[in-house]
Amino acid sequence: MSNVPNELKYTKSHEWVRAEEDGSVTIGVTDHAQDLLGDMVFIELPEIEANYTAGEECAVVESVKAASDIYAPITGEVSAVNEALADTPETVNQDAFGSGWIFKMTPEDAGEIEELMDAETYLELIAAESH
Amino acid sequence: MNQHTALHAQHLAANAKMVDFVGWDMPIHYGSQIEEHHQVRNDAGMFDVSHMVVLDLTGTGVTPFLQHLLANDVARIQTPGRALYSCMLNERGGVIDDLIVYFRQGGIIGDGYRMVVNAATRDKDLAWINQQAKTADVNIRERDDLAMIAVQGPNARDKAHAALGTRIDAARELKPFFAADCSNASNNGGELFVARTGYTGEDGYEIMLPATQAADAWQALLTAGVKPIGLGARDTLRLEAGMNLYGQDMDENTSPLESGLSWTVAFKPAERDFIGRAALEKQQAIGPAHKLVGLILEDRGVLRAHQKVVTEHGDGEITSGSFSPTLGKSIALARVPAAAQQRCDVEIRGKRLSARIVKYPFARNGKVCTQ
Repeated sequence: MSNVPNELKYTKSHEWVRAEEDGSVTIGVTDHAQDLLGDMVFIELPEIEANYTAGEECAVVESVKAASDIYAPITGEVSAVNEALADTPETVNQDAFGSGWIFKMTPEDAGEIEELMDAETYLELIAAESH
Repeated sequence: MNQHTALHAQHLAANAKMVDFVGWDMPIHYGSQIEEHHQVRNDAGMFDVSHMVVLDLTGTGVTPFLQHLLANDVARIQTPGRALYSCMLNERGGVIDDLIVYFRQGGIIGDGYRMVVNAATRDKDLAWINQQAKTADVNIRERDDLAMIAVQGPNARDKAHAALGTRIDAARELKPFFAADCSNASNNGGELFVARTGYTGEDGYEIMLPATQAADAWQALLTAGVKPIGLGARDTLRLEAGMNLYGQDMDENTSPLESGLSWTVAFKPAERDFIGRAALEKQQAIGPAHKLVGLILEDRGVLRAHQKVVTEHGDGEITSGSFSPTLGKSIALARVPAAAQQRCDVEIRGKRLSARIVKYPFARNGKVCTQ
């Protein structure tokens, strides 16, 4: 079964979210999502300092197969992007929860993170989707 | 409930990711589509293409029938085993399907032709062919008792011979675009048809055999080092090789002349009356308004079907696009105004990215063939 770390939060659109000690959040796509999409060949990163509302499209991951939108899991401002993915998009396949992170945001309301799914709920979601 | 090919269990055993393809459960990849792509360009891979539709045509009227049905002329292939690529057109010159037809003589099926058409178009193809055949002395037999395995790559033929041994010896001396009927009593009394054709731009065979024998052949090929390849890599391989995909690069509303397939239309002899001829001659006389070209994206991103192409001479559209593992860039086929050349822009998510218009194929025989 899929790798779904306990310490992360998740969205219905298969992003993972990690609350960092400095108050920022790191965002990527889950191992389950990269597995569905297949070999990554291009990641369109958001602009630093751009503001997004939760649920808004802010990045795109493209595999050989298809393009897939990444949605802002929370409302806030983009504080960093993973520039290394420009040359090595396959990192998202190899290490979705680690060096395959996509961008960081400064949340407008840190409480919003707590409303996202926990690992157990996300596991139920992907189990339901595969039936 | 989707249909399964005779190799379904083999796909599952190889950890295939299965997807629906026009009502068939087919492997899209077995782990990494890009690795599978390189495997075929550099070594040898095999595809289960048993979902494709094999038709055997016989009867005293079969040659004139096909000369009427097809835009290419089967008179060109009156040597046993010779293959021909052709479009089957409607009266407007639009493409109903593209196909390969092999001439056969002296085999256990009897003299005639074997035709392989697309799975996605099976029903309408059969309806059209049967309608045209009403007044002809021709028998059409659908061979859904056969499986088809395409073994492709620079080492594909060597490995196929290692795997299948003397059973396919008759294929050893085949020239490209020829097929050998390897059927005989020693092959379990079964049919075995081996063609040096494919859809990847690499050397190799397409092997048609009874579905009941497919799993054993697949296993023997695996043991010989031929890796299973999914439909995902099949699409990027054919795109690099500049081979059209029916339903994307051409359809019933586009003619072969605007689809890069003029070379497959036999206008000579002038008296051969094939379906669609009058419409194509008319289009030829005024010059087709559009042409199919290759695109290489210069900016970062991925070209995809239906993206808008902007040229100095008007707009066009991408018909097939993807990332090319061999070039390491995004490539596409696009239908553009006939006068367009050199450069264009492609609209991707509201942005205009720069692309070069090039001649295709992009890559064949393990090498990049465009700058």
